[in-house]
Order: sequence, then structure tokens, then C-alpha cells
Amino acid sequence: MNSLSDFVIVSAMLFGIGIYGLVTKRNALRLLFAVEIMINAANLNFVAFNQYLPYQAATNATGQTFVLFSIALAAAEAAVILAIVVVAYRLHQDVDVSELKSMEG
Amino acid sequence: MMVLTVGSAIVALEADEIIYGAMGLAGSLLGVAMLFFLLEAPYVAVFQIAVYIGAVAVLILFTVMLVRQERWAKEVPAKSLTRLAGVLTGLAVFVALAFAVLATNLSQFTQVVNTATFVDIGDLISTGDSPILLVLALVLAASVVGALTLSRVDREEKPQ
Repeated sequence: MNSLSDFVIVSAMLFGIGIYGLVTKRNALRLLFAVEIMINAANLNFVAFNQYLPYQAATNATGQTFVLFSIALAAAEAAVILAIVVVAYRLHQDVDVSELKSMEG
Repeated sequence: MMVLTVGSAIVALEADEIIYGAMGLAGSLLGVAMLFFLLEAPYVAVFQIAVYIGAVAVLILFTVMLVRQERWAKEVPAKSLTRLAGVLTGLAVFVALAFAVLATNLSQFTQVVNTATFVDIGDLISTGDSPILLVLALVLAASVVGALTLSRVDREEKPQ
């Protein structure tokens, strides 16, 4: 039988992998992958805690509902980031974020 | 399941060809969906598969095809110092979180106690003063309009 800590450990692993990707990668698409992995780690935590912890009310689906919200937000975010990647590629012929000098402040 | 999820996540970031990376990401998202099934949250799992595997992964594949170029399709690997820093940071975060988890009594929870059904989730989303659907609709519409505006080809600037 799986316990709550198993799921939280998997989530921590995914989060660590996402941090690694954010630190090392320079390709905009890889950065998007890393962010998506970290969002999934957070979602997994929400559902795991919602399902395992005891509750007072008759039903408790708050965590699951929040994850539905989060998934839709992540999809919107992915759509915008991919549009930015396409525009950056059209302007610079590259998706390496360290090459996008015109974006520097 | 854990191996599929974590292994695919590593493949997503480390595959030489970015298209394999996109497939690795899809595998990782599928693994998370399977974990949702294990957690007895089938509605979230199906939603995850529909949105992530069905929409986001396909969107990423199309973008990869659109901007694909030999020059960075096989991207230059990060400098070894950067890679070392990344591995150390990722490991440090994981070890810190793992110690925090193991220091608690979370492992005593072994039974799924929540029996919320589709109907309960639907109730929570759509009844009362819940603004969830409204806010989601607004955010999605704004993102679609933003994405369309960004990727619109400006025909007036093109020479005739």
C-alpha cells in the first residue's frame, strides 16, 4: 500500500529535476519543459494531501478542484510561452534565451 | 509508475533531440496522470490526460516542428560547471524536501480517505458563488487572444 510520503517524495524528485533544468538549460523549449515538470510536482502534492489527510466535511474535493484550475492555467501559460517562442524564432532565428539580447533590460 | 514519471522527466530535459525531449515530457505527464489514478482521483487524471497529453504535448510538438533547425536541434551541451551547479542545486532541493518529509509522520497515512466523486467536484466548481469557471474562462480567453496577437503575421509590413 502506498503511503502519503511516497507521493510527496516523487513530487520532490520531480521538483528537483525541474530546478536542475531551469538552472542548466538555455533553450526556451527546455525551460518550458522544466516549468511544466515543476507544476506537475505541485499538482501531485495537492491531490496526494487532499486524498490522504482526514477531513471534517462530508466531502472534500478542494485539492482536486484546485488542481483542475492549476492544469488549465498551465495550459494557458504553455500556449502563451509557445507563441513567444515562435515570435522569438521569427525575429532571431534562434530559441536560445541567452541569445535574445534585445530582451535585456 | 514512479520510475516512468521520474525517468521520463529526466529524458525530457536530457534527450539530445528536442523532439525526443517533448515525447519524454509527454511520458512524464502520463506518469503523473497514472499517479492520480493511484490516488483514486480519476477525474483529475482524465483531465490531466486530456489537457496535457491531448493539447499541451501536441502544441509543443507542433512548435518544435515549426521552429526546428539543425543548428539547435542538437543543441550544444551546457558547460560542465553550469551542469554541475544545476545537478547540485536540484539535488540540494530534493534532499532538503525529502528530509523535511521524512522528519514528519506523513508515512502513517496509508489509506485514501477522500471519496469525493465527479458530482462533488462538479458541485464545488459550479454551484454557489464559486468563480472558478468564470475566472478560468477569462484566463483561457485572454491567453488565446494573447497567443494569437503574438503569432499574427503583420501583413502590412511585408513588401508587396
